[in-house]
Amino acid sequence: MFSDPDLLKFIFGRLNLDAIPYHEPILVATFLAVVIGGVALVGLITYYRFWGVLWRDWLTSVDHKKIGIMYIILALVMLLRGFADAIMMRLQQAIAFGGSEGYLPPHHYDQIFTAHGVIMIFFMAMPFVTGLMNFVVPLQIGARDVSFPFLNNFSFWMTTAGAVIIMLSLFVGEFARTGWLAYPPLSGADYSPGVGVDYYIWGLQVAGIGTTLSGINLIATIVKMRAPGMTMMKMPVFTWTSLCTNVLIVATFPVLTATLALLTLDRYAGTNFFTNDLGGNPMMYINLIWIWGHPEVYILVLPAFGIFSEVVATFCGKRLFGYASMVYATVVITILSYIVWLHHFFTMGSGASVNAFFGITTMIISIPTGAKMFNWLFTMYRGRIRYEVPMLWTVGFMVTFVLGGMTGVLLAVPPADFVLHNSLFLIAHFHNVIIGGVVFGLLAGVYYWFPKAFGFRLDPFWGKMSFWFWLIGFYFAFMPLYVLGLMGVTRRVNSFEDPSLQIWFVIAAFGAFLIALGILSLLIQFAVSFIRREELRDTTGDPWDARTLEWSTSSPPPDYNFAFTPLVHDHDSWWDMKRRGHSRPLAGFKPIHMPKNTGTGVILGAISVVFAFAMVWYIWWLAGLSFLAMVAIAIGHTFNYDRDYYIPADIVTETEGKRTELLAGEV
Amino acid sequence: MSKLFTFSRHLAVLPLFLLMAGCDMVVMSPSGDIAAQQRDLLVISTILMLLIIVPVIFLTLLFAWRYRRSNTAAAYDPEWHHSTALEVVIWSAPLAIIIALGAITWISTHKLDPYRPLDRLDSGRAVPADVKPLTVEVVALDWKWLFFYPDEGVATVNELAAPVDVPINFKITASSVMNSFYIPALAGQIYAMPGMETKLHAVINKTGEYEGFSANYSGEGFSHMRFKFHGLDRQGFDDWVARVKSQGTALNRDAYLKLEKPSEREPVRYFASVDDGLYQAILNLCATPGKMCMHEMMHIDRMGGGGVESAENREKLEYDNRHSLGEGAPAATFPATGTPARSEEEPQGTDGASEPNEHGMPGTGGHEGHSMPGMNEGGDPAPAQLNH
Repeated sequence: MFSDPDLLKFIFGRLNLDAIPYHEPILVATFLAVVIGGVALVGLITYYRFWGVLWRDWLTSVDHKKIGIMYIILALVMLLRGFADAIMMRLQQAIAFGGSEGYLPPHHYDQIFTAHGVIMIFFMAMPFVTGLMNFVVPLQIGARDVSFPFLNNFSFWMTTAGAVIIMLSLFVGEFARTGWLAYPPLSGADYSPGVGVDYYIWGLQVAGIGTTLSGINLIATIVKMRAPGMTMMKMPVFTWTSLCTNVLIVATFPVLTATLALLTLDRYAGTNFFTNDLGGNPMMYINLIWIWGHPEVYILVLPAFGIFSEVVATFCGKRLFGYASMVYATVVITILSYIVWLHHFFTMGSGASVNAFFGITTMIISIPTGAKMFNWLFTMYRGRIRYEVPMLWTVGFMVTFVLGGMTGVLLAVPPADFVLHNSLFLIAHFHNVIIGGVVFGLLAGVYYWFPKAFGFRLDPFWGKMSFWFWLIGFYFAFMPLYVLGLMGVTRRVNSFEDPSLQIWFVIAAFGAFLIALGILSLLIQFAVSFIRREELRDTTGDPWDARTLEWSTSSPPPDYNFAFTPLVHDHDSWWDMKRRGHSRPLAGFKPIHMPKNTGTGVILGAISVVFAFAMVWYIWWLAGLSFLAMVAIAIGHTFNYDRDYYIPADIVTETEGKRTELLAGEV
Repeated sequence: MSKLFTFSRHLAVLPLFLLMAGCDMVVMSPSGDIAAQQRDLLVISTILMLLIIVPVIFLTLLFAWRYRRSNTAAAYDPEWHHSTALEVVIWSAPLAIIIALGAITWISTHKLDPYRPLDRLDSGRAVPADVKPLTVEVVALDWKWLFFYPDEGVATVNELAAPVDVPINFKITASSVMNSFYIPALAGQIYAMPGMETKLHAVINKTGEYEGFSANYSGEGFSHMRFKFHGLDRQGFDDWVARVKSQGTALNRDAYLKLEKPSEREPVRYFASVDDGLYQAILNLCATPGKMCMHEMMHIDRMGGGGVESAENREKLEYDNRHSLGEGAPAATFPATGTPARSEEEPQGTDGASEPNEHGMPGTGGHEGHSMPGMNEGGDPAPAQLNH
């Protein structure tokens, strides 16, 4: 019965055994490592009887703190995957000289650079940023959770589902070979007939739903749930940058969704939006994707700016210089980021006036960015700088980021872009701003808020090791790419003829190796800190003598964050409270209204993986079934009225009582 | 001024020079006037920005050292957070730089617009009135470059030549996907796109052999999509044309359709003669017999569209013809099937039934998708409007 090809095709679509890359030694080894790791993880969870806790307290949790932590774990896992891609590329380019084709044929290499870009942007940087915002923002504004706690859980699981879909492509089928933005006509059905681009589309579409919804959620949270007294101009700068980032998310991710939907129609339904056929126009896709793509850069970097603002004020022991101009600079960047997209394709043949307009708008963004830089600088001026790890990242950022900013403005001059576009100079530039800006900021943020999340600080020695490896590794890895760009070397090339280029690629590969040590130090740091957690314990809730509200509650904060909603009188409200001799309320606690956990998010996420997989492989019955299941479960969830509960007053009293004892024991 | 400029240029790249003596930075020392002006722009912009970058980096390091906690001699002023004078400076200093840079950008973008015909050969010489520019029609194929010389009546693959100090007018298109035409020593790049023509005006000032390549990823064979560009003196160029004529074969439609098929590392090829209108046909995506040219379609649209009858033109407007090929094992990775994404097999032989749209996507059952049963039927009726 199973020999009937039509039946097989009906059941499995275009999926067959050839789709499993058992002939690729690299992939087989990776697969084995993943299986062994997975089995070990499952074994450990079973051994420690952790399944119940995992399901009840984490996977189904609607607590913004836990969701934030899970986002960051996802980001770190995907960082390892994306970095593995990076180091494979660096190795390939370092050895593929003088007739050698290296060890990655184009078929494999092209998937790797595509996956590297997609993973680092969508599944490393985005969840990292969202995770930090999720964890920090409600605490910073004195709220007990986000506006829509279930939606938050659902958003997280959709993002994770997207990551799972992308990871599946490693072992079943293949990934796109189009570059991370999948320009048509190359990404159309005619030139990319396999499943790679379909994995790309469905992975991003599923994750995009999560991102958009989480954007809506955080905007609502920031606008509606601030503590009394916290007017907009008294919000912490990180909250401000989060607000602007989420406005950008809500305004741009639908553009990405629509663009990819059009590409999907081209690939699945035979429409011709972006094909060469029947009057389709690929240039339209390139415009649309960058209308999303440029604001995306600011979605990533604005929260990083916010983190640096918090860190610099805290560790300089000084109020942030120029709060108002910092806020206006952020808002100006938010608005300007919409009118610069064309600078990604000056070379597509627009007229001189159009190119010049977009070049100049791009340069204008450097004015508010420069103002921010000066604000941090003058916050350091007459401060008392404590060189804890987050402050090291901040100084490293300030020196590195201005270089990236400079090369960015250079690329914004259209005739200069004509000689540098698509070159390794461009690659060096955007890694300079994304690593030097976004990644440095996120790692500073992890170190800074880690004690708040877990109740103990991270080990400073391994934190410093990580910082220096990353910083020095960055310069070794990317300065050679600037040079290579000026030597006329273009991106995405997998082998070279000119032997004089090789030394620069070797230096870059060495830099990537140093960054690998930086990542390793980061992981060692987590392990060492966990082992030494009693020594590193933070009993005060305020280990850095910091300034904003999240430090006024315990570390880790209780489920309800704040027993009483704080009243805000000034900027840096916790600093203000400390200065005015604020004392914690010790009695009179009331029951606290809280949202209840639900498994709907994780179930919907899992079914969307099935749906996407079915769509990728043309398994129509399964796609239809899983889609109906999602709709049914979503509707079913609306009939679940058992969504909230009260934490009784005596539990609150008990929790707060323990904290009182801890604080008293401290001195 | 130019002395000062040369000096400052050396000053700006001095640290780089120290770092890499002997390293050939073609973008910084090109041989064509357009690329040289683009290089100058790079240098001027860099210097302008260094005016602000250097002090910022210096102050960062200074403040970071000076106000460290252990230095109790330094002033500490925890509540100082505002200074109107400083705020004015920190907004206006970048603003001033950007105003200067913006002005330079506006002027240079117009002056170095690739569509603008040249008005000078280099900084000292205007274009002489009697010089006739060389026209080259460039086609990015999968994965090689085809160059037509309409005035000389020849064509080449993966080799380009031009006389020095003669303006070159490039007209650029592509056959299937996007590429970017780039010769760093000559001038900045511009995209090569199917069904569209971009333009580039440039001049080479020194004889020599230069590298050219695609600067926009275009698939499997992209890495080897390279060619040599020869800058020759007048005599050398004439000799080169003569050599192409004596060694070359004929480039007719059939030869082109063979050439167009995906291939990698193509050797240099010469064509002594070229079919009339071949470049125009490629540009309009109608080099394949039976296809309607894009300009015909646009004409129909301009006349108000073809109405219901235009459905008959559908097949003739489906230019991309490779996508049913991967269907043999659409999901498989390359080594398993030996079938790369774009195979060299003839598209005509493939069976319409194996076309991906036909797998049962609900609602598209009767739809033809991109399969091209009519591809060889040259006798298809022409569009109604054109029969008039």
